[in-house]
Amino acid sequence: MLSLSGVSAAYGKSQVLRGIDLSVGPGESVSLLGRNGVGKTTLLRTIVGHHAAASGSIAFLGDDVTAQPAYKRARRGIGYVPQGRGIFSHLTVDENLRLGAAGSPRSRTAEAIPSYIFELFPVLQRVGQRKGGVLSGGEQQQLAIARAMVAQPKLLILDEPTEGIQPSIVQQIEESLREIRTRLKVAILLVEQYLDFAWSIADRFYVMRRGQIVLEGNPRESDPSSVHHLLSV
Amino acid sequence: MGHLAVLTGQLFNGISVGSILLLTALGLALSFGLMNVINMAHGEMLMVGGYVAYLTCRFVHGPAGFLLALLFSFLGAAVLGGVLEVTVIRWLYGRPLDTLLATWGVSLILQQGARSLFGAIGVDVVAPHWLSGSVAINHGVLAGLTLPYVRIFIILLTIVTFALLLLFIARTRWGLFLRAVHQDREMAQALGVNTKWVDLLVFAAGTGVAGLAGAALALIAPVTPTVGQSYVVYAFLVVIVGGLGSLLGTALAALLVGLFSSTVQMFTGVSLSDVFLLVLVIVFIQFRPRGIIFQRSRVMKEA
Repeated sequence: MLSLSGVSAAYGKSQVLRGIDLSVGPGESVSLLGRNGVGKTTLLRTIVGHHAAASGSIAFLGDDVTAQPAYKRARRGIGYVPQGRGIFSHLTVDENLRLGAAGSPRSRTAEAIPSYIFELFPVLQRVGQRKGGVLSGGEQQQLAIARAMVAQPKLLILDEPTEGIQPSIVQQIEESLREIRTRLKVAILLVEQYLDFAWSIADRFYVMRRGQIVLEGNPRESDPSSVHHLLSV
Repeated sequence: MGHLAVLTGQLFNGISVGSILLLTALGLALSFGLMNVINMAHGEMLMVGGYVAYLTCRFVHGPAGFLLALLFSFLGAAVLGGVLEVTVIRWLYGRPLDTLLATWGVSLILQQGARSLFGAIGVDVVAPHWLSGSVAINHGVLAGLTLPYVRIFIILLTIVTFALLLLFIARTRWGLFLRAVHQDREMAQALGVNTKWVDLLVFAAGTGVAGLAGAALALIAPVTPTVGQSYVVYAFLVVIVGGLGSLLGTALAALLVGLFSSTVQMFTGVSLSDVFLLVLVIVFIQFRPRGIIFQRSRVMKEA
């Protein structure tokens, strides 16, 4: 469904990604692991269209999207939950959610928000009229995931969704992601430092090091300890 | 004519001047707040609006002529602004100095174009019959005060335009997109917002409102090729004092600048009042560098 071949990217003259090959199948859950600064976030930004690929190609649902602007990729079915959540803090929770449907004409109405959103994240129902900026970190993270799910994407890309969030909420977020994967059959590409979670939700994993994929595997067939030396400092 | 009447008359003039300033400054505030673009050709949108009003009134007579002129000057300036966005500004995003220079060039071209088409001497738009005349107060402390209908009309036009703009931003789908792009352009894009369309729409709406200001101005002053230049300087002051990207601040600042100039002009000449105004703005900026009302935004942080 998503397939990258030979994707490279650079900030100015410093090359950050070197010939990345990566794929995510329909309904598949893939974890992307690696230390800080190896290019994971840049890779996600290149996939969603915030950063231009210097070479290589990105295909989504059989079409080449390498040169497409981010909004077109979003409309094709890529949902994105960025690092730092990207909540519009001056807008209400409802408005944040309605923006999730920005690419479709449904955003004209309140029905823009599918009912499963509040089944996944009941907490959001009670805070609809509050500004996004006043929510707690955990609530903001749930809002960011919910917002990405409003457009009913085929692939959900998450950049460290548990970063800086209290453990009880982390568990809730984990459960909703499992729900999104199993019940809604949405494919997931996850960057996550919290190895237990990244390991348990993934069908496959990739490990990155200095802008390259250095290991690819199946978590059922290998042990988390096998990648430890690539992740710990 | 008593002192109070003179003072009230000047305040009234100040409010009407402030109204035109507000209509001019709204577009600047929007395009700077949203796109970080400073459009030096913005004053010429006012000029274009004035000439479009002049042409409309020459060909369409009768009471509806001027209302039609308002519509056409809005549309004319909006289309011109749209063309400017698509052909020049869109290609210079993230290069504020180049944008400044390019739009300055466009402003020179438009000024010379107007000079070639209409001549250097101003043309007049004669106020329609239903706008000629004034409210005259003959009794009490305000005896001798006259409030011309045209100026009342300009104030009302500004209030209605401003209210419609605020409603558009607060209530419509595109208004929501605008607020989202204003706050976090990348995230809005990642959610499927076509930011190019939002930019184009906002820019065209801003220049359209400036065109409206030009038509309104044509009622009280002749339209000349350089009319935009003289107003856009004040409009920039208004945007800076008001707080970049804040419409409410822009409205307050326009009112303040309008009132200040017209009050000071009672005691001194135009040039000296401008000097005082600039000094005041410079002092004000020392204490509130972000303007009256400042809204945090990603765009601002980087600026």
